[in-house]
Amino acid sequence: MEQTVGQRGLAREIIFNEMIGPEGAPRGHYVTLSEWLEQQPARDLKRKRAEAESIFRRLGITFAVYGSNDTLERLIPFDLIPRIISAAEWRLLERGIEQRVRALNAFLLDIYNRQEIIRAGRIPADIVLRNDAFLPEMIGHRPPLGVFSHIVGTDIVRTGPQDFFVLEDNLRTPSGVSYMLENREAMLHLFPELFARHCVAPVQHYPELLRQTLEAVSPVAPEETTIAVLTPGIHNSAYFEHSFLADQMGVELVEGQDLFVSGGALYMRTTRGPMRVHVVYRRIDDEFLDPLTFRPDSILGVPGLMDLYRAGAVTIVNAPGTGIADDKAIYSWVPEIVEFYTGQKPILQNVPTWRCAEPEALSYVLEHLSELVVKEVHGSGGYGMLVGPTSSKKQIEQFRRILKARPSNYIAQPTLALSACPAFTKSGVAPRHVDLRPFSLVSDRVRIVAGGLTRVALKKGSLVVNSSQGGGTKDTWVLTDE
Amino acid sequence: MLSRVASSLFWMSRYIERAENISRLCEAGFRISLTPKVGGGHKEEWLSTLKSAGVLESYLSVHDEITGEKAINFLLFDERNASSVKSCLTSARNNARIVRTKLTRDMWESLNDTWIALQAVSPQSMTNARLPDFLDWVRHRTAQFRGALLGTVLRDEGYYFSQLGAFIERADNTARIVDVKYYLLLPDHQAVGGAIDTYQWETILRAVSAQRSYRHVFHEDYRPWRVAEFLILRPEMPRSLRFCYDWLNVTIDGLIEGQHPELSAARLIRSTHQLLKSSQMDDIFQSGLHEFLTDFIDRNNRVTGNLAVDYCFEQAA
Repeated sequence: MEQTVGQRGLAREIIFNEMIGPEGAPRGHYVTLSEWLEQQPARDLKRKRAEAESIFRRLGITFAVYGSNDTLERLIPFDLIPRIISAAEWRLLERGIEQRVRALNAFLLDIYNRQEIIRAGRIPADIVLRNDAFLPEMIGHRPPLGVFSHIVGTDIVRTGPQDFFVLEDNLRTPSGVSYMLENREAMLHLFPELFARHCVAPVQHYPELLRQTLEAVSPVAPEETTIAVLTPGIHNSAYFEHSFLADQMGVELVEGQDLFVSGGALYMRTTRGPMRVHVVYRRIDDEFLDPLTFRPDSILGVPGLMDLYRAGAVTIVNAPGTGIADDKAIYSWVPEIVEFYTGQKPILQNVPTWRCAEPEALSYVLEHLSELVVKEVHGSGGYGMLVGPTSSKKQIEQFRRILKARPSNYIAQPTLALSACPAFTKSGVAPRHVDLRPFSLVSDRVRIVAGGLTRVALKKGSLVVNSSQGGGTKDTWVLTDE
Repeated sequence: MLSRVASSLFWMSRYIERAENISRLCEAGFRISLTPKVGGGHKEEWLSTLKSAGVLESYLSVHDEITGEKAINFLLFDERNASSVKSCLTSARNNARIVRTKLTRDMWESLNDTWIALQAVSPQSMTNARLPDFLDWVRHRTAQFRGALLGTVLRDEGYYFSQLGAFIERADNTARIVDVKYYLLLPDHQAVGGAIDTYQWETILRAVSAQRSYRHVFHEDYRPWRVAEFLILRPEMPRSLRFCYDWLNVTIDGLIEGQHPELSAARLIRSTHQLLKSSQMDDIFQSGLHEFLTDFIDRNNRVTGNLAVDYCFEQAA
């Protein structure tokens, strides 16, 4: 999971508390939870937390840590207190996400075909065509229903009552949906009485919607469609999720070695002979999909898959080449993209982003390095970045030289004061920063399951919600109008 | 079912069965080494234990000499030995993780708990005093897994592949134990070599947990040809070759139901089953016990190869 903006809260900014209003009273949709929390003895919550942990461990809901052996399958900390989103807030988010997801899919279809947005001069050609994530192999391709990114995880943070910012559009292979589902299962098990007092929108039908989405983009009729989930294998950090989704949809979980191409079709090897596969929900990266087209040394994919795909004999979900739309360089252009394809103002904001390639932006960034987060355009996982507010003068000066040498390689953003939700911590119930990843499913329509994965920074004051750095998850409740 | 999944279920069960057998062999070797009178024979006993386990070569590639301590460590914990109890349980769990959704919760938890507990066992702590407890533990855990499997899993293709794995492995193990000791089991052995301590025969039976059931079946002292018959031809002895093939025969029936023509593994299982059903101990001794066992082990190995071909276990595009 990607790193969020910033490393530590900026004390001088006011943090939006999602549960408690400015007058000190709980906000409307949090009243019931707040009262309930006050009645809970800490020891009961501690017991529930232990129970939750044993549920997760028993089910094996773990993530593997790269470069380590099997002993390091870790549990992601689970926070017992649900995050609540009101019906009105959700409507705003839902409209905003749908708008963005549609626009980004239109963008993908356009840049691999007519490239109208470039011809209209609304976005520089270089930023798309010279981007590593742009796949020339996809030029001229029109996937079923024109959809490139079928499963989207939109990372959203909040800084105020109406202030939602999109941090990242995960259009390639977003993960985390299994935690959304398992967190809900655990909560239903632990706190049935709390559900009885709220009207919480269900999330459990996600696998069914996913299946419908995959069938809708199949090259054959839905009822004749065979789906397979393609995983790199048990050593992948998200292996649990891959097997979970295949199991929940009732389809096979395959590895590259289980598949082969023959006579213009894709097959999986079964004990009863070869069986045709029509839709591949792949959880491996583009470059590993097909050694004949991409990395010849890769054994994770299937030789000949890309040719089949371009011929329309099989659908790959999400389509290869979607990475161009969630690249950090493109991110700052998403507001233009939304306007260009929808003719509307974006409902959700981008985090203000300075593109250091532009001289004016660069001089602003150089002057304000100590307040900004500077990121490498193609970097990920927190490498090659500067977090101004927590860096020493020396580090900032070092970075200034690097930045001046290759300004086009960097973007800069302010650190945001992320909203906080109550979490059950060692010192009792206390506010902690959160973000949110709702999941959208795109086929003939956009379906967004009401909820998502809320990640929470369990350390006091920390803005880092990454699971690898002590972040946890919690159940996300979207209330429905009764 | 995906071929790879079938293969994983097959090998998961095989490794569990192997872990159990290795621990039984180890116990037999350990018991012998405790009998004072055998003296210098200890080395030979561990040699034959390593042979029975089919790991003598790999042992000698790591160690120069055979000692009880080294043999025990190699059989139980050495990760360079793919058949050590630890390697077997790790391989079984890896296979189980691959097919996680095809296992019941009981099966997964049993295997996972075993593996987690095993991580905490330090090979250095395996003193003579602790060894028996540890060997018991391995047997209990493998028995629990088998119980979880038999008690909860759907009787579908996956179940049949797991049974094929378990019983091919068991037949192989029993055949090896008998083969390594075949000279003890020759009917004229006593005449030739004088009185062999019945302890030796008991050890063979102990290695397959059969020392008491022998008496229930035969109501007499251990006699070498009886022991051989018991382990090779008796259908009521659950670790005998005959029993294993009775079970494999039933299993393959379930697996190929409705499929025609019969595949190569099925044909081989049927003919081997027929051979065991129709054999007499006298004939086996006449034509050579060792030859019979060598032939059996070879056939039994070929069943695995045939299954791999019939069900595309290996990549064959």
